[in-house]
Amino acid sequence: MNEKLRYWMLVLPGLAVMVIFYIWPVLNIWGISVTEPAAGLGNYTRMFDSRAVQVSFVLTFRIAAITTVACLILGYVVAYTIANFAGRVRPLMLGLVLLPFWVSVLIRSFAWIVLLGRSGLVNDTLIGAGLIATPIRFMHNELGVLIAMVHVMLPFAVLPMLTNMRGISDSYMKAARGLGASEWRAFREVYFPQTLPGVFSGGLLVFVLSLGFYVTPALLGGGRVMMISEYITYQIQEFLNWGLGAALSVVLLLATALVLLVAARFVNLRKTFLERSS
Amino acid sequence: MTRSPLRILFSTGSWAVLAFLVLPILIVIPVSLTDTSFIGLPREHLSLQHFETFLESPKWLHATWTSIWIGAVVAVAATTLGTAFSIGCWFLSDRAAMIARWVMIVPILVPPVVQSLGFYKFWVTLGLIDSHTGVILAHTLLGLPYVTISVFAALANLDRRLPQAARNLGASLGMTIRTVIVPAIRPGMITGGVFAFIVSFDEIVGVLFLTVRRVETLPKMIWEGIQESVDPVIAAVATILVFITLLITLFGMLRSK
Repeated sequence: MNEKLRYWMLVLPGLAVMVIFYIWPVLNIWGISVTEPAAGLGNYTRMFDSRAVQVSFVLTFRIAAITTVACLILGYVVAYTIANFAGRVRPLMLGLVLLPFWVSVLIRSFAWIVLLGRSGLVNDTLIGAGLIATPIRFMHNELGVLIAMVHVMLPFAVLPMLTNMRGISDSYMKAARGLGASEWRAFREVYFPQTLPGVFSGGLLVFVLSLGFYVTPALLGGGRVMMISEYITYQIQEFLNWGLGAALSVVLLLATALVLLVAARFVNLRKTFLERSS
Repeated sequence: MTRSPLRILFSTGSWAVLAFLVLPILIVIPVSLTDTSFIGLPREHLSLQHFETFLESPKWLHATWTSIWIGAVVAVAATTLGTAFSIGCWFLSDRAAMIARWVMIVPILVPPVVQSLGFYKFWVTLGLIDSHTGVILAHTLLGLPYVTISVFAALANLDRRLPQAARNLGASLGMTIRTVIVPAIRPGMITGGVFAFIVSFDEIVGVLFLTVRRVETLPKMIWEGIQESVDPVIAAVATILVFITLLITLFGMLRSK
């Protein structure tokens, strides 16, 4: 027993810091949402009546869903190639996935602004080549936000799928081929089902991170594509509306929790989050 | 193996995706060398003027230095707390320890704006707004999940009989940890520390909520720069950071070979 107490002495400092300075303040947001500016559920009724809030929530889920699907498709191709075909170029391909992962989100968003802006490099090139007369709007709309978000989230989809695929023995595919299946059929019916845990894992990671994403949508959306995180800061910065911001935060947090709860039926949450290999 | 259609499809596709991942980032390099005073490709000749602006600006240099030292303090704090935590949980290996581990990774799941709002209100009460201590504390909390994940991954590969043998031979718990466990899990600790440093070095939302004017970090300068005027000096900063990342990635690739 004494021994167990000693182990807890090791656990406690970190755990206490996390509970006191993180968990408690986050839970306290609920308190703010029902006390500011006045006690009661006023913020929640106002929020559910607001058309702008509904639009923002729908937009957030739509962008998160599209980003997730795009990342899974593009990421699957990359992960599959690295796991099965790459050979000598494997370290190079892996490096090219990891490099963007380590470059800050702020820098990556800046690069997209430089490319997609009204007088950005893409528009300049197209006009210079005489292909278009007036600049195309790539930014400050959903398209720009989506392009940049897929770019930022892609490594998060590739890495769990790659971990999963590396654990799949190629003897199944060989057996299927030996028994006369075409390569496509062997892939579809034998290989693909085995990769589903990795796909779900990567998809969940991307979806959850996208739901609460702030930096890229705020920079590429230019105030016109307001995902819920930006809506919250907007309420707080422009109107000092802490109560509504807190109520929105509570709902966003609950939405995230709900997604995780539903996902727990299909995804091994422990492998996705706790035992994530970096 | 023969070049089957499926293989060609996947290889071509993945090179295209990798180009999409990497090329847009590299665009900051030519832009940083522009001879113009606005964002764009160089017109007449290449120029290092924007790098000079960065290196001669006390504001930019000060912000860079602030980000580096805050990141270093955060890395040490998060690695210390997170390693002790993980070792304790590893010894316990019961249900309570499992719950504690989940509690520790909550910051990965909570949206940045939500946690920053929580920080702000609490930091006001504590008087930590616009202070370096306040930023260090917030960043340490955000770095802890990554430290516990990578340290625990290292512990999972450790033979439980090793610390047991040390204990049976009379070593105290503290001595066992120092001489048996820590040397074995050092790679995991280093990975965790590097993660914590990078989390802090890149963190922007918390800093925007928690600081006013006294604390300026590099991401905050970049953020403000993008919002106010799109000055090519940001491209110069971006280029420097991309090069550092490139070198570290190359180094990591060579080492893992």
